[in-house]
Amino acid sequence: MISFIVLMSIVICFSAILALALNFQWGLGGMVNFGLAGLYALGAYACALLMLKGGFNTFFATIGAMVIVGVISGLVAFVTLRVAEEDYFAIVTLGVGEMLRLVALNEDWLTRGALGLSGIPRPFGELVPAEYYAYFMLAISAMLVAATVWFLNRVARSPFGRIMRAVREDDVVAATLGKYVLWARVRIFAIGGALIGLAGSLHAFYYQYIDPTQFSTIVIAYAFMAVIAGGRGAHAGTIIGAAVVMVLLEGSRFAKDIIPWLDSDQLSAIRIIIIGVGLILLLIFRPQGFLREYRLQVELK
Amino acid sequence: MPAHDAGLHNNRQDRPISSTQSPMLSARNVVKSFGGFVALDKCTLDIAARSITGIIGPNGAGKSTLFNVFAGVTAPDSGTMSLGGRNIAGLRPDQLAGLGLVRTFQISRELGELTVIENMLLASPTQSGDAVWRLLFNPGRVRTEQSAAIAKARALLEQVGLWQLANEPAKNLSGGQKKLLEISRALMLDPGIILLDEPTAGVSPLMTKMLGETITRLRDQGLTFAIIEHDMDVIAELCDPIYVLAEGRTLMSGTFREVASNRDVMHAYLGKVA
Repeated sequence: MISFIVLMSIVICFSAILALALNFQWGLGGMVNFGLAGLYALGAYACALLMLKGGFNTFFATIGAMVIVGVISGLVAFVTLRVAEEDYFAIVTLGVGEMLRLVALNEDWLTRGALGLSGIPRPFGELVPAEYYAYFMLAISAMLVAATVWFLNRVARSPFGRIMRAVREDDVVAATLGKYVLWARVRIFAIGGALIGLAGSLHAFYYQYIDPTQFSTIVIAYAFMAVIAGGRGAHAGTIIGAAVVMVLLEGSRFAKDIIPWLDSDQLSAIRIIIIGVGLILLLIFRPQGFLREYRLQVELK
Repeated sequence: MPAHDAGLHNNRQDRPISSTQSPMLSARNVVKSFGGFVALDKCTLDIAARSITGIIGPNGAGKSTLFNVFAGVTAPDSGTMSLGGRNIAGLRPDQLAGLGLVRTFQISRELGELTVIENMLLASPTQSGDAVWRLLFNPGRVRTEQSAAIAKARALLEQVGLWQLANEPAKNLSGGQKKLLEISRALMLDPGIILLDEPTAGVSPLMTKMLGETITRLRDQGLTFAIIEHDMDVIAELCDPIYVLAEGRTLMSGTFREVASNRDVMHAYLGKVA
């Protein structure tokens, strides 16, 4: 049971980073990202391939994955928003995400297609004894979540954070107040993308094996649920949201022991139902989510 | 009001706006159509420095489109525009804001989820914290600039009686307060010219009076205003000269008395009677 909790906590950590990235892009910046699953896959594959084919160590592979996903996200935002209205942007992200998934599935020479990539090295995998590795991984993941939140809080409270929220509320007003909206959006998407790359790298380290089925579209739904439940724009809330979603998802496996007449097929359907019902209840009774985004308060005297 | 005065007069040197140049903002033969509808049809208009220029006309005359074109929100199909003698065609809204031109909107577009003070700070032009890397490597500078911006915002908000509401999300303000916030927020940019789109629409008479006083005071301090307005009392009291727009063209311009006694203006407003 303890080891299950540790493993689930690791999953919560990298889900939380993924949800935080979405919260940054959509919750604070107002940019819908339906390509989240594809970009998450890109992060995991980039990290794995940099190690397996590029000979990078785990640290630089992670940095590399962050840069790759960040740059590609920024480019997607720049190329799309330069010519199209923001409404089309959501559709473009959907297309990009699907494209990335198809590349992972079909470019066998690079990704080994549906067979997936196995034997992905882990950070300090040779140094840490195998029986303690889960604890070590949890410690690293938790530290990365803490660092991510620290960084995001910093940005959210800064002038750039205000620009993000202004662009979300009304981009024309932000522009007439002297803010270059296109550049702001490119940065929002690129920074969020880098975090998606980080989450993807942790995913690759944790499973040590990745294949395209791990990055199905339902990942996007979970991430949006985590952000909505946590409260748009609230970082701590997003982590709670991610934890709740993951605990409901993974924890409901144990429902089999409590309710013996359910078989595993029924159970997996019920897990999704539980999350759906939970989200509906939340939207009815606390539509703003668990927490609220940071607002600057000044002393009035 | 010393803090505010300082704010207004330290306009950066590289700005093309100066009160000695006239006209400050001008449009020549500007055309803008939306599909088959011609919103601006060779519209020509000058806004003199340190004036409060009124722009009136029936609905659909092209007034708001003119403001959108001036502010870079909408690109004109043809024609030229200049600000302080500089050609401004094709500039983005944020570049125009950097040159000292700001517009407000007919229906106030406060940033509802941001507090009043955040709305104000957003518009502050000097913020190194706009760049993410400076947050991490030079947080002291970001903090110093923020305190300076808060002091400036405070001076502006106190003048319009909004300081006590500084921590309130802007969506909670009344209609009149939102209008005052929009103008105060525009002033954070140290603009040379402000385009006000129906500033008194939906505002109480008391608040309208306060707005009028604020506008006059700011003009006396060196600002230029162009105002779209339907309330003729406001136009009569504040504006000189007044431009009448109809069907995307400048019908005439002059003092309120001249405009009010003109037969063509009557026709434009009321249709061709008698």
